[in-house]
Amino acid sequence: MAGKTSRKTIRVDYLARVEGEGALEVVVRDGRVQSAALSIFEPPRFFEAFLRGRAFGEVPDITARICGICPVAYQMSSVHALERALGVTVEGPLRALRRLLYCGEWIESHTLHAYLLHAPDFLGYAGAIDMAGDHGEIVKRGLQLKKVGNEILTLVGGREIHPINVRVGGFYRVPRRRELAPLAERLKWAREAALETVRWVAGFDFPEAERDYLFVALRHPGEYPFNEGRIVSGRGLDIEAADWENHFEEIHVARSTALQARLKSGESYLVGPLARYALNADRLSPLAREAATEAGLGAVCRNPYRSIVVRAVEVLYACDEALRIIESYEEPDAPAVPVEPRAGSGCAATEAPRGLLWHRYRLAEDGSVAEARIVPPTSQNQAAIEEDLVAHIQGCLELPDEALRERCELTVRNYDPCISCATHFLKLTMDRG
Amino acid sequence: MASPTRKPRLAVWKFASCDGCQLSLLDCEDELLAVAGALDIAYFMEATRGRIEGRYDLSLVEGSITTAHDAERIREVRRRSRRLVTIGACATAGGIQGLRNFADVAEYAAAVYARPDYIATLATSTPIAEHVPVDFELRGCPISKRQLLEVVSAFLAGRRPVTPAHSVCVECKLRGTVCVMVAHGTACLGPVTHAGCGALCPAYDRGCYGCFGPKETPNPASLSGRLAALGMDGGQLGRVYRSFNANAPEFRQESQRHGRQDEPQDDQG
Ligand code: SF4
Repeated sequence: MAGKTSRKTIRVDYLARVEGEGALEVVVRDGRVQSAALSIFEPPRFFEAFLRGRAFGEVPDITARICGICPVAYQMSSVHALERALGVTVEGPLRALRRLLYCGEWIESHTLHAYLLHAPDFLGYAGAIDMAGDHGEIVKRGLQLKKVGNEILTLVGGREIHPINVRVGGFYRVPRRRELAPLAERLKWAREAALETVRWVAGFDFPEAERDYLFVALRHPGEYPFNEGRIVSGRGLDIEAADWENHFEEIHVARSTALQARLKSGESYLVGPLARYALNADRLSPLAREAATEAGLGAVCRNPYRSIVVRAVEVLYACDEALRIIESYEEPDAPAVPVEPRAGSGCAATEAPRGLLWHRYRLAEDGSVAEARIVPPTSQNQAAIEEDLVAHIQGCLELPDEALRERCELTVRNYDPCISCATHFLKLTMDRG
Repeated sequence: MASPTRKPRLAVWKFASCDGCQLSLLDCEDELLAVAGALDIAYFMEATRGRIEGRYDLSLVEGSITTAHDAERIREVRRRSRRLVTIGACATAGGIQGLRNFADVAEYAAAVYARPDYIATLATSTPIAEHVPVDFELRGCPISKRQLLEVVSAFLAGRRPVTPAHSVCVECKLRGTVCVMVAHGTACLGPVTHAGCGALCPAYDRGCYGCFGPKETPNPASLSGRLAALGMDGGQLGRVYRSFNANAPEFRQESQRHGRQDEPQDDQG
């Protein structure tokens, strides 16, 4: 068959084929994988277009709806960017409450991914429900841990999905100290459960795979990053969020409705748990650091399959940090700082569970949005995912297509792509030449 | 419903959406395993790669129709579903992405994408019920997980779900929340908005912003009068009805009464 172009499509039944949330097209020539192109079919929703003309105060309620799995991240990146545009800073207990809210989202989102989406891959189940048949207690622990994250979101944000309490300048209503007390009790249980989770996932069988990623994450002088920090890389980049566009660019690939980001030098890079950990391990709490060491993570982890361990460590950190915030919380005098409309521009990046989420807004004089730009983590990781797939498929080319498809799905799930562009069913097209 | 030898089959489908409504099912941490015990989760990409082919007893559909391809796909889902329930504002009213219905989608594509020619999309975002018959619509952006469990149990029992169509105001009264509009002069869509959230926003000292869409027989024109008296100008009045349920007919018409003169006039009356 050499030299002849023959394209083989894995049998995909009618509905699943048209479901097509993600498709992967692999080209092989002379036994070498030449390219792996991941397509995302998410229909475009045009947020940046319809944000124009909206008052700044409406923005966090709208951007939340970009992603039901990480709405807090979208709310946080937008309020920080807008506050920069409006010349406002939020400090003290209001800032701490935002961090607490973010802890809730990390716990919820990471636990969802680790227990319900990722662990079944390692243990050979189709999903967590099947896994619960043999590992009932473990799945229940995961669900309860996830629930504690949701309890933080509900108390501080008003509800789990699309919190209603976040506004530019702070919140609409802040919790009383006594409202937070029962949450602290739950978090003490969660911290133990998170520790057990780290030990559990650390014992999985991980494929050998090391890649020399260019890591990019926020870095803050005193904290493991959620809301604030400079954008740094493993190769010496160290910039303000406002400089993002001078160093990175987005490319529109024909096959996808997601834009792909790269460094202007053309390099792909990686955001998310592996990157945060590699660049900020020294900022973890002592408990989380110890657990990471015990789990054999080392200072840097370059094996994408082990990202589940890093996520578990981050859940542990988020529980620890949430407890610290609750213990030192003092009720602020007002739920928000006053904000006056004015013209201006502002950028901000925060750490969504899946990685750096960058927003920029330009406001007109009346405080309405003139221009908005949003760069989500999954588009930043897409080039790195494709490179991983090339490396991975090269190592198991002898497998039949169906087995190969499952391996590819697993590789993609390492990145916990937003489910909007997830790959629980990947359509694989192998062009074996 | 199903033959006594097999459990009813549940499928969860996604169209243009944020995934939040289907996530509500996974957010039922205390009930999830019981739900999975009572039903076969036959198709739910957010939760499992296991799939059962064939027909489904209950399909939950999230998201709106924004591509020609999805308009085809929903017909196939309908053919294979005994009961079809839409979940959330995207599926019941076109969602926030339905703001394109008031604008020029080509201009939107050019504003977001470097190569708008790569983007294949319809000019409108439409609810599922405009494409296929729907057995029940569950409101909200996102839906309430309590109501979702009610819908699933009701369909298991073969009865109609109980989801009151009165206003958020009634929920405030039930909850004992002081009216934010009366007490603080805070603009609130509660009087015209469908119940379901439990009157969340007023309990957090802010006005309702209409996630659940219009209640049964609302009177938004009268509410707009009060909002104007509280200081909202025409632009704000146009926008306040124009969010996640912007294309629900009552909200759409009211926003157009205050909207710009140059935009397409209502054709969905
Ligand atoms: S209705 Fe709202 S929460 Fe539900 S999928 Fe649509 S945007 Fe997400």
